[in-house]
Amino acid sequence: MTVWFVPRDAAAKSMGADGIASALLARGEEVIRTGSRGMLWLEPLVECASERNGSRVGWSNVTVADVNEDRLDTDHPAYLGEVDLLTYLSRQQRWIYERVGIIDPLDPQDFQHHGGLAGLKAAMAMAPADVLEAVKTSGLRGRGGAGFPAGIKWQTVADQEPQPLRGQPSRATRHKFICVNADEGDSGTFADRMLMEGDPFSLLEGMAIAAYAVGADRGMIYLRSEYPEAWDILCGAIEAARSEGWLGESVLGSNFAFDVEVRLGAGSYVCGEETAMLESLEGRRGMVRAKPPLPAIKGLFGVPTVINNVLTIASVPGILARGAEAYAALGCERSRGTQVFQLAGNIAQGGIVEMAFGVSARELVEDFGGGTLSGRPVKAVQIGGPLGAYIPPDQLDVPMAYEALADAGAMLGHGGLVVFDDSADMAEQARFAMECCAEESCGKCTPCRIGAVRGVEVIDRLRQGDNIETQTLLLRDLCDVMKQGSLCAMGGLTPNPVLSALDHFAEDFR
Amino acid sequence: MISRSAFPQWNESDARARLTSLIREHDGPVLLCLQDVQMVYGFVPTAAVELIAELCNVSRADVTGVLTFYADLRTTPPPAIPVRLCAAEACQAVGGRALAQAWQQACDQDDQLAVDTGVDEPIFCLGNCALGPAAMVGGQLMGRATVMSLKERVAGIRDGGRSSVGGES
Ligand SMILES: Cc1cc2nc3c(=O)[nH]c(=O)nc-3n(C[C@H](O)[C@H](O)[C@H](O)COP(=O)(O)O)c2cc1C
Ligand code: SF4
Ligand code: FES
Repeated sequence: MTVWFVPRDAAAKSMGADGIASALLARGEEVIRTGSRGMLWLEPLVECASERNGSRVGWSNVTVADVNEDRLDTDHPAYLGEVDLLTYLSRQQRWIYERVGIIDPLDPQDFQHHGGLAGLKAAMAMAPADVLEAVKTSGLRGRGGAGFPAGIKWQTVADQEPQPLRGQPSRATRHKFICVNADEGDSGTFADRMLMEGDPFSLLEGMAIAAYAVGADRGMIYLRSEYPEAWDILCGAIEAARSEGWLGESVLGSNFAFDVEVRLGAGSYVCGEETAMLESLEGRRGMVRAKPPLPAIKGLFGVPTVINNVLTIASVPGILARGAEAYAALGCERSRGTQVFQLAGNIAQGGIVEMAFGVSARELVEDFGGGTLSGRPVKAVQIGGPLGAYIPPDQLDVPMAYEALADAGAMLGHGGLVVFDDSADMAEQARFAMECCAEESCGKCTPCRIGAVRGVEVIDRLRQGDNIETQTLLLRDLCDVMKQGSLCAMGGLTPNPVLSALDHFAEDFR
Repeated sequence: MISRSAFPQWNESDARARLTSLIREHDGPVLLCLQDVQMVYGFVPTAAVELIAELCNVSRADVTGVLTFYADLRTTPPPAIPVRLCAAEACQAVGGRALAQAWQQACDQDDQLAVDTGVDEPIFCLGNCALGPAAMVGGQLMGRATVMSLKERVAGIRDGGRSSVGGES
C-alpha cells in the first residue's frame, strides 16, 4: 500500500505541512510524519513510496488542493522524481543528518532500522577510557561556536570525582552532568532545531555515550522557548527512550544509569553562553560567570559538567558506529568531520547542507543556494551568526573550516550563512549588531554593557555625516575596547559584524 | 509560548499546590516556577512573586530579578492572539523591517486587529531563517509572512477557536 511522508518539522509546518497531512488522512491514506529533508524552499515537500522503506518520489510546495484534486502524479509540474537523487541531497555528506527527513522521529523501531543505537552499543562494549580515546581521535570539535576539542573537555570531566549538588549535604548522592546547549540563539541557524525535530533519539544516544564515557548519571537539555515543536518532540522522545530501556536505571540492560531532563529558556540570547546557561538552568538571571572554575570542574549545581552543543553531541553516535578514523578522514587541517551548514536570508534555495569541512562559502551560496532569492547580486554574507563578520562576494572562496575562516578574519560559529542582496544597508546592519549587544548584554562588564550603547550612538552620528573621520576613529577604538575588555564573546565578538561592515562597505556609512 | 483564549484568574491555593510539587521534583526551581505561572495564568502577577519567594525560600528581590531578566516573562496579561515578527538578520535580508512597518500600519488602521494582537514585541530568530520573514502568531510559526497572510492567520485563529502550540492538525 502507498505510504505518504509529510514533515512535521516546524519550518515545513510554517508553510502548511499540517494541512497536507490532514487532507491525506481525510482521504484514508497512510501518512508518516517525518523530519524535513532540509530543502526548505521546497516545503511543504511531500513524498510517497509503495512501501515504508521503499524509494520515495516527491512533490514540492504542495497545496491542500493538490491533494484534494488528486493532482500528485508524475505529470504535476512540481514532481521531483526520486528525492534521494536530487543533487542538493546527493552531493551532501550526511553524517549527523543521516536519518533526518527519513524516519518518524518518535518511532524507536524506525530509528534502529536506520542504524540508530549502533553507536551506543559499540561504546558500551568498550571501556569508557577507550570511548574517550575514540572521540579524541575523531578530532571532533565543539559546534556551538568556540570549536573546543570535545574529547579534551570530556577527559577533564572524566578526571573529576562526582559531587553532591550545591547546597546539599556532602553525604548526599553524587553526580556529574551532561548538559546540551540547545539554545540556538544565532539568527540564521536552525540545524539544532531540525535535528531535534527530525532525529531526537540520536541526540539522546549521543548524550548517553558521553555520560558513559565520563561517568555522568544526569543529562539536561537547555532548549530555547522559541522552539515549541522541538519541545514536544524531545519530551516524546525521552518518554519513548525510557520505555525502550535506552535511558533510566539500567541503560540497555546494563548497570549504567542515565536519565535526561529538558528545560526551556526564556528569551535571552546571552543564555546560550555556557556559564549564563548554567545560571539559567539553576533558575537565576542569566549572568555570565567568570572562568575558572571551568564548568567541567564546577558546572551545573556545582558538579562536573560536560557542556556541548546539540550538533557536537549528535556527531558522537556516528563516530562510535563507523569509527573515529572514518570521521577524521573527512575535512581539512584541524577541522575534521562534517559540518551542518545552514543557508539562510536572501537565498533562493535555503536549507541544510551537511558537508565535510573545506567546502567553500561560494559553493554553498551559489551551487547549493542558487544565489539570492530576489535575483539581485549578493552584497554580503554574514557567516557564523550575529557575532560573525560580513564577507563581501569577492571573498567567498574561503574554505569553510575553523582555521581558514580565522585567517580571513571570520569565524564558523554555528555554521550559518546569511545572504544579503545589494539592497542591504551595511551601516544599518552594523548599528543593529551594536543594538542587539546593548539589548542582550548580561550587564556584568562595562565594555559590553556601556560600550554597545555608545556604539549605537557613534554609528548614528557617523551616518548623519557628523565629523566622519573622528567618529570612525572613535568607533574603531570602541570596538578595540570591547574586543579586549569583555568577559565573554558577546561583547568580545560584537565588533566583528561592525568592523567588517565598516571595512568592506565604508560607502554605506556616508 | 502557548496561547490560550482565556486564562483563569489567579488562584493562590491552586498555584501553591502546583508549585509545591514542581519544587519537590526539580533543582533550581525559581525560573521554572515563573514559567509555570505564566503558562497557567498568561503572565506573572505580583502575588505569584511573593508565593514563589516563600516556597523557594528566597527573597522577593531574587524572584523579581529573575522575572525582569527574561524577555519571555511578562507582568501584564498577553493579547488574545500575540503576533511576533522576527527582527533578526536573516529575516531582515528578505524584507523583515518593511514587513514590521507595514504590520504596524495595518494595526493602526484596524482597532480590532490592534486589540487582538497587541503591540508587536519583536523576537530574535524563530529558527525559520531560510523562509523569512518569519513570525509567530498565536503560538503558530509562519514562513514567508506578508501582512495579508498574517491577517488571515489571525482571523483563522479568532474564528476557529484558539489553538494551542503548533499547526492546525
Ligand atoms: C553570547 C553567546 C551565545 C552563545 N550561544 C550559544 C548557543 O546558542 N548554542 C551553543 O551551542 N553555544 C552557544 N555559545 C557557545 C557556548 O558558550 C559554548 O561554547 C558551547 O555551548 C560549548 O559547546 P561546544 O563545545 O559543543 O561547542 C554562545 C556563546 C556566547 C558568548
Ligand atoms: S561581555 Fe556582555 S554578555 Fe558577556 S559577560 Fe560582559 S556584559 Fe555579560
Ligand atoms: S532570523 Fe528570522 S527566523 Fe531566524
